[in-house]
Amino acid sequence: MIDINIQLAIENLLARYVHAIDDDRLEEWPQFFSTTGRYRITTLENHKQGLPLCMVQADSPAMMRDRIAALRHANIYEAQGYRHTVSSTLVKPLGDKAFEAISNFTATRIMHDGATLLFATGRYVDRISGGAELLFDDKLVILDSRRIDTLLAIPL
Amino acid sequence: MKAAAAVREWPVEGLARVPYWVYQDAALYAKEQKKIFRGPTWNFLCLAAELPEPNSWRTSNIGDMPVVVTRDADGELAAFENRCAHRGALLCLKPCGKAKDIACVYHNWTYDLKGNLQGVAFRRGIKGSGGMPADARPESNAPAKVRIENYHGLVFGTLADDTPSVETYLGPDVAAKVKRVMKAPVKSLGGYSQMVPSNWKLYMENVKDTYHASLLHLFFTTFRINRLSQKGGVIVGGDGGCHVSYTISDPASQQKNAGDEYEKAGMRSASDGFALEAPELIESVEEIGDGVTVQIVGIFPGFVLQQIKNCLAVRRIVPRGLNETELLWTAFGYDDDTEKLTALRLRQSNLIGPAGFISMEDGAATGFVQRGVIAAGERDAVVEMGGRTVESNESRVTETSVRGFWQAWRRHIGI
Ligand code: FES
Ligand SMILES: [Fe+2]
Repeated sequence: MIDINIQLAIENLLARYVHAIDDDRLEEWPQFFSTTGRYRITTLENHKQGLPLCMVQADSPAMMRDRIAALRHANIYEAQGYRHTVSSTLVKPLGDKAFEAISNFTATRIMHDGATLLFATGRYVDRISGGAELLFDDKLVILDSRRIDTLLAIPL
Repeated sequence: MKAAAAVREWPVEGLARVPYWVYQDAALYAKEQKKIFRGPTWNFLCLAAELPEPNSWRTSNIGDMPVVVTRDADGELAAFENRCAHRGALLCLKPCGKAKDIACVYHNWTYDLKGNLQGVAFRRGIKGSGGMPADARPESNAPAKVRIENYHGLVFGTLADDTPSVETYLGPDVAAKVKRVMKAPVKSLGGYSQMVPSNWKLYMENVKDTYHASLLHLFFTTFRINRLSQKGGVIVGGDGGCHVSYTISDPASQQKNAGDEYEKAGMRSASDGFALEAPELIESVEEIGDGVTVQIVGIFPGFVLQQIKNCLAVRRIVPRGLNETELLWTAFGYDDDTEKLTALRLRQSNLIGPAGFISMEDGAATGFVQRGVIAAGERDAVVEMGGRTVESNESRVTETSVRGFWQAWRRHIGI
């Protein structure tokens, strides 16, 4: 059994992560990653076939900050937000203060006019490390579906 | 709103106008399926590389028609309608699979990989009772055969006997640009799709609208990847329905660009508000040696072949009803790519797809048109950038290839 405090700390990290996104505190998003942290969104289909293409691939927090800067200043999309639910987090120790955490998530998308859609479901496959402060070393978002409605601007 | 498709008349201004009813008419949608998709056009089905092995199949579409593409034991490609000769059930239910033959799940009629009906379960009945009459000819209701052409690794299909060869269909200038990208065997790097909330034609027009690129997609403009004042142009080929737009990087003209037309015009797209913290995102290598950094090929009715720096992809545009379109992307590289080059292609893939820095706006923008014109069916879009005719152009501040699209569309539909 995984130490209950580790489990809680990881679930707390995941909760803070999705609240930051859902509250539109996107500038905080890269801060959940270690300095060498990586973030990718792929599909279950690509993942199963071992195909490397991602919808989003940020190899560093700097690339994540660029994405947020682009969303804020360059990209054009209708006002929208997500509401995430994260559950069933399975934690596995990977070594000294390093863990793998696999969680289920759903993200509902709420448009400015109220249109509400079950936008994405899938798994977070996370590598997490740290002592007092846990951070993502790698976050792989595996979407159950290959199909996105209209566009995917805000990170999941 | 005008009533039936029969009384539709094209505006007197000709190709310089597009009436909004073309995006709104269900009868016209059905007519397009028949006259365009199932008519004398080439429809992209898949990359030949997506069927690498003998005895394998993939599902695809020709407009609304579901299609199976196969590679048989001899390695030969074929395609046929994904519809059983019996009650019409889909024969293949998944995106891809491996099989020597195909069996319908409903009543187990079987087909070879060319789509020929091979077996009818209990055709002679059981112990002398049941079964089909001796003179029954279920083969006569067999799925439609699709004529295919594997054009440099791109598998196209047509249902009409009189469709000219792909090479002729594209015209020499566009064909040369397709071959420029499909110069060697390729491999898929993966795919995904997005639902675009508009009629399929609005998306295809968007692909052909070189005018919008630097105005809607501010990411490119800000980093001077695709300024209209860079060198480039538009080639219109075939009967107008095929086009190529391209950008050539020209360090000299980039220098001159400081304080260029954009800033002077005070346009929204000139606001250089930020710089990339990780410029490796757009780092690229010269692969083909002609300095072309972006090349978009649009082939009537619904195919796009793109080279954006080192990011190569095909897009298949599938109408999913009057107001919805699915856009299916497959990114690819060459068989002999180094790991480093693959990594470069994958990183640049941040530019494309539903989350792409320079593509995420397109699906939304065509949806804005669909929603905007809902009560304006009797009005027209003005398409006069770069004149009122269809011709290749040195400037990309033009809608020439949009007019080319409508030239082809009108010829097929007969409006
Ligand atoms: S519908 Fe295919 S066998 Fe009956
Ligand atoms: Fe675009």
